[in-house]
Amino acid sequence: MSATTTAPQADPAAEFLDRRGPLERARGVLHRYPALSPAIVLVLSVIVFGLLNERFLAPANLSLITQQVAVVGTLAVAQTLIILTAGIDLSVGSVMVLASMVMAQLASSAGVPPALALLLGLVVGMACGGLNGFLVTRFRLPPFIATLGTFNVFTALALLYSHGATVRGGDMPAALTWTGSTFSLGGVRVSTGVLLMLAAYLAVAFALSRTAWGKHVYAVGDDKEAARLSGISVNRVLVSVYLTAGAILALASWIQIGRANAASPNVGVDMNLDSITAVVIGGTSLFGGRGTVWGTLLGALIVGVFRNGLSLAGLDVLYQTLAVGILVIVAVSLDQWIRKVRK
Amino acid sequence: MTTTDTPSTEDRPAAAPDTTPVLRARGLVKTYGHVVGLDGVDLDLFPGEVLAIIGDNGAGKSTLIKCLTGAEIPDQGEILLDGERVHFRRPQDARAAGIETVYQTLAVAPSLDIASNLYLGREVRRPGPLGSVLRLTDRAGMREAARRHLTDLGISTLQDVTVPVENLSGGQRQAVAVARAAAFGSKVVVLDEPTAALGVRESGQVLQLVRTLRDKGVPVIIISHNMPHVFEIADRIHVQRLGRRAATITPRSHTMTEAVALMTGAAEA
Repeated sequence: MSATTTAPQADPAAEFLDRRGPLERARGVLHRYPALSPAIVLVLSVIVFGLLNERFLAPANLSLITQQVAVVGTLAVAQTLIILTAGIDLSVGSVMVLASMVMAQLASSAGVPPALALLLGLVVGMACGGLNGFLVTRFRLPPFIATLGTFNVFTALALLYSHGATVRGGDMPAALTWTGSTFSLGGVRVSTGVLLMLAAYLAVAFALSRTAWGKHVYAVGDDKEAARLSGISVNRVLVSVYLTAGAILALASWIQIGRANAASPNVGVDMNLDSITAVVIGGTSLFGGRGTVWGTLLGALIVGVFRNGLSLAGLDVLYQTLAVGILVIVAVSLDQWIRKVRK
Repeated sequence: MTTTDTPSTEDRPAAAPDTTPVLRARGLVKTYGHVVGLDGVDLDLFPGEVLAIIGDNGAGKSTLIKCLTGAEIPDQGEILLDGERVHFRRPQDARAAGIETVYQTLAVAPSLDIASNLYLGREVRRPGPLGSVLRLTDRAGMREAARRHLTDLGISTLQDVTVPVENLSGGQRQAVAVARAAAFGSKVVVLDEPTAALGVRESGQVLQLVRTLRDKGVPVIIISHNMPHVFEIADRIHVQRLGRRAATITPRSHTMTEAVALMTGAAEA
């Protein structure tokens, strides 16, 4: 073959990048590493808030930020998986609330052993995820519509099941509030819930990057028809994603019970949009197939840092909401610009 | 330059009539409601040849290919692979039997890298418990094999198999899709309009790839509207008309004008 005997050529993509201006080159790099832009934003915002207020970088405050991020951060892992398949899940908050009410009520008034109560909460979370997956694959409902419906269904079920009553942490066995316990790590208080959240990130990041299932999740999000023609069972991948998300949401329920030291049917419903915010700021594309869970972790931390930093700066809570809104718009605009690389 | 009168393919043995076809179709019928897609079509693909399928729009080229690759199930007729009757219910069945198809839409995942695309749906796991328990894929092994395979096919423009496919040009993407089919298509490789979206130089590269495949002993079926490409690459040409095989010709026996006449019904075989 004459073509193979020629001198080895440089990477054509790198060669192409070299011919462009610095802005285009930056865009190429950001395109290849989707988690890079949120990482830069996080570092910059930590520096700025640290300069604005010396209390910001105090270990106690940093610990507080991680604890504030733990629940939404865990929901956002599940949300990332679903958004990677070009879907969206508006029901994550309500699934978490329903599962947490089941766990708390079974373990307190029903007297079920705590391990069994947690396990049944996991079953509820996966059943909810499974229902979403079923509606998306069998009935071919757009994920937005399917989960808008189940969001209301799960919210109502949580209220009906709990009779609208909060279960206090003191009425539950210690195992359920264990996720709120903290221990000292080099002078910083770390909560068990934060570690569980990080474990969820590690497990999902590992599965996405190192297993065939992970490649299939990306391929399905990229182009469903292409995935099908490549021999991937698209519906099976989608259902597995929704089931996995449901299991992660049950973990979030447990973390939420520990964080709030209670299980309330009224707290957490607004976390649907917060989880989507974290995913989007983390550089995952709403069009599917592009993004990483590490970006989402950065996105969740950015939101936590902004809320905490603005609050320490003495600004009204409304300014936090304003800042998060602007962050989302900037992040999505940036994503659109990055995606324009060489179509 | 046309190749209709150059005996460039004469040094290779023409398919002898007594050779068993690798792929043979007899009397395939496929209707969609009142629309007749295939009306008893026959097809023969012999070992080591490039068979082009030409035909006007609606002649049944795509339906024929879909039936041969499991994307559609024919209502009547039989398909024989190496002389054995086969019944494909899904594309996966045809693929498992060694028939690989490159669809016009390419079926690649743009955000995944070249190596991941080559192995998409057929990932290789790491040996031992890392693979069986943790289900780890053998990333390094697949990348190495992908690199070797691309070099084997003479695709020199794809050196870095970790580049996402969306960063590639149209011709390079086509090369990835063809390379994937070549890697796993042990019996037959089917290409649907492989040069339709490509420029002159890129088309040349894909046609060269088809030649390389044939020289490796894999018979190729190629659907194309581009007559110069068909006459450049094909050993035999299956002319499809009104759901049937109107004729089988060769680039030496007929000119392009005659082929078009057969296609449109202006001439009879």
